[in-house]
Order: sequence, then C-alpha cells, then structure tokens
Amino acid sequence: MNFTNFGRYILLLKSVFRRPEKLKIYLKEIAKQMDYVGVGSLGLIAIISTFIGAVMTLQIAFQLVSDFIPKTIIGSVNRDSSILELSPTISAIVLAGKIGSAISSEIGSMRVTEQIDALEIMGINAPGYLILPKIISGITMVPMLVIISMFLSISGGYIGGSVSGAVTPSEYLQGITTDFNPYTIVVALVKAFVFGFIITSVPAYEGFYVRGGALEVSQASTRAVVISCISILVCDYLVTQLLL
Amino acid sequence: MIEVKDIYKSFSGNEVLKGISGKFEEGVTNLIIGGSGSGKTTLLKCMVGLHQPDSGSVLYDGRDFTPMTYEQRIEVRKEIGMLFQGSALFDSMTVEDNIMFPLNMFTDQTRNEKLERVNFCLERVNLAGKNKLFPAELSGGMKKRVGIARAISMNPKYLFCDEPNSGLDPKTSIVIDELIQELTEEFKTTTIVVTHDMNSVMGIGDYILFLHEGKKFWEGSNKEIAHTEIKELNDFVFASRFMKAAKDKF
Repeated sequence: MNFTNFGRYILLLKSVFRRPEKLKIYLKEIAKQMDYVGVGSLGLIAIISTFIGAVMTLQIAFQLVSDFIPKTIIGSVNRDSSILELSPTISAIVLAGKIGSAISSEIGSMRVTEQIDALEIMGINAPGYLILPKIISGITMVPMLVIISMFLSISGGYIGGSVSGAVTPSEYLQGITTDFNPYTIVVALVKAFVFGFIITSVPAYEGFYVRGGALEVSQASTRAVVISCISILVCDYLVTQLLL
Repeated sequence: MIEVKDIYKSFSGNEVLKGISGKFEEGVTNLIIGGSGSGKTTLLKCMVGLHQPDSGSVLYDGRDFTPMTYEQRIEVRKEIGMLFQGSALFDSMTVEDNIMFPLNMFTDQTRNEKLERVNFCLERVNLAGKNKLFPAELSGGMKKRVGIARAISMNPKYLFCDEPNSGLDPKTSIVIDELIQELTEEFKTTTIVVTHDMNSVMGIGDYILFLHEGKKFWEGSNKEIAHTEIKELNDFVFASRFMKAAKDKF
C-alpha cells in the first residue's frame, strides 16, 4: 500500500464513520456480519487452535532435553505462547484469508455491477452501509474468537501431551496454572482488536475501489489478503513492543 | 426541469465532455444519444454526481448541484431514481427487498404500507407476484423492470436511465421504452435516457441531445431528427441498413 493508497484508505474510513441513515438497518446488518464473521469462523478456528496447541506441546517436549528443567514448563510455555502469539496472530491470518477475501470479492463485485453506484444515487452513504457493519463485527468477533482459540489451544496442548505421553496431565495442569500473568490476556485482546480492524477494513478498501471486471475483482481479493497478512504481522510487532 | 450548463470533464488529460449545455423538461422523455465513447454516460454520471465535472453546473429545478455539500446532495438524491445499464439489483435481496430498500432507509412507513407500495410498483411494471424471486432468477427484461420499479418506489422527481435497452431483444426493448414513457407522463418526472438504440430514439424521443466526440452537435425531437443536414448525426441515425432503407423508401 503506497502513500496514495494509504491516503485514500484514510478518506474511505472517514466516510465509513459518518452518521448512519437509519440505525435499525445498520444494526440488522451488523448482526448479520457478526454471525458470518464469528459463528461462521468458529469451526475453523476450533480445529486450527486445538491442533496448534497439541503440536506445540510435542515440540516443546522434544526440545526439553535437560533433566534439570521440570516438565511443568511445557504447560507454561504453551500457555504463554498460545495467549500472546499463536491464538491472536494465527487466528488473524487464517481469518484474513477466509473473511478478507470474501469481503473484498463481495464489495468488488458490487462495485463492478454498479450496485455501489445505485446505493449512492439513492442517497445512501455506501461506505458506511457496506463497510461499517463489517468493521464492527471484526473488532468485536475476532477478540471473541481469539479467547475461544486460547482456551482450545491450551486444551489441545493438554490432549496432545496426554495422548503422546510427552507430559503427564498433572504436570501440564500444574504448568499452566503456575505464574500466570493476566496482563498477557489484555495484550492478546488488544492485538485481536487491531487485527479485527485490519481484516475487515483493508479488504473492504481493496474491494471498494476496484475498477474493471471479474479479473480485477479476483486480483483485488488476492491483494487484500496479502496486504492484510503483512499489516497483521507489522502491527503484531508494534503492539508487542508497545505493551510488553 | 434539469439544466446542464457548459459541462467539461476530462480523465487523465483526455477531455471527454467539452462544454455540454442542455435543458431537460419535466413530463417528457429526454434522450441523450451518440456513438460509443461520445460521452453520454459520463454526462449522465456528472448529472447525478457520480463524477464531479471539471467546470460547469447542473441545476435541478434551479438548485445548483455541483457545489453542494455531501448532506445537500443527499437531499437531492432522495428525489432521483435511476435505472442502470446492468440493472444493479442487490444480489443478496429478493425483488421485494430490492424495491423496499430505499423505503426502509428513508421512510417511517409501516411494513404493510411499504409492501403496498412495493406491490404497486411491481404491478406498474407488470411483475405482480414476483416479490420473492432473487435477481439471479430473473431474465434480462425482468431485471430492467425491477430496476425501474425500484427507481420509482420513492416517487422520484427525476428519473435517469442508462442504456435501458442494452442486451434486450427488440420486443422487450419496446416494452421498456413504453414503460419509461408512460411513467414519465403519469408521474410528471423529468426523465433522461441515455441510449444509442434508434428504436428508442424514434419511439420515445420527445427531446434529443446528440453528442459526438464530447460535444453537443444537435438537439431537437424525433420528428426532426431524420431531416437534418448534419453529417455526424446522419451517420449515426442511418448507420443501420434498416434505417437507411426506411429513409430511401420514404
């Protein structure tokens, strides 16, 4: 995203946050988007998080070769890695692929078939009507998905450790309950909030300014996912540096 | 009445409109005609505010639209209905929801009142009972008629139609043309149709503005168009073999 695009992105966001024409219709649209972003992504996030947690346990156990390090450390490392990094970032990258491409294609198709022009001619603030509900659903549902992901990732670690015998259930439980710092949850939720905003607003921008036809819509969709993923990783670093 | 005064518009240094002026009266069907790339659609988009003209003004019953703020434009746009070339129906909504959409946004009518209005609009375009169909289930002609129904749902003072006959068979084209003309006379709207379809020109062209290479070359009615001496207009009007044969015969 060069500076011209960044400027246009900011201007688009300014239009997005104009006062809604009719709150009731926007609320209905927000509920629809929340269902799509939140409930619609739950299965995917559950599967990914559980397996990542299980794999993490096995890999940490594999690297702990010293007898001087207690096995309980496997639980602690898994917990902190899941909360601080894996759940927010991996979930966000997966959601950027799933939701980001869908948002970009939907809005891009509406652009090339003149549906956005139709909204504007009717006197409706098209960026507000199309993008605001998506952003609100992103910044509310992604943190919720991340909370579920944290829980499932840590649970996955428990299952993986128990099944493989890499760590006993009691050692793992002792590990995850030792020296827990609740502030890590706050950091993860801040990340999830920022990622939720990126996942929805960047693809919406790419779709909104598509020119051309089906080919350009698909190109915009690909670009949206790539830019979202890079933005997520950059913001991940910045938020971590700022908050830890 | 809509008046355009000295409209200029260019894209990346390429001048598309070169000082277009014209008056479009209410209750009659006004046509903007011209070949591909003559600037018809650009002029229409400048008139409705989808493009900002480089200079010139667009007056809606004396109200200058071009310098208006976003909020002022919204008020004018509530008086505008538009039929798009590809109909631009919302894919995710049924026919009923498409037509009801502007009513939901801008009125406080009850559900029954809105439904009554939707059914009236659908009856008016001969699509009664098609409420629950999705755009993907409609033919090209039906989509255009739903587009018209949505455009008239808010009782617009100004009706714009961008190539309403494109992609339609001649019989359906005539149905759409007649519908536009009937609605214009019935609701006394200021109707502007962008077209290059000669059947429409001869059938419903009460006032015609001919554009060529971004300039206004001629204005008049369908009764006068066949008798002009302007080469560019004659080349356009009698381009088809049918029109040429008709001219030679009469």
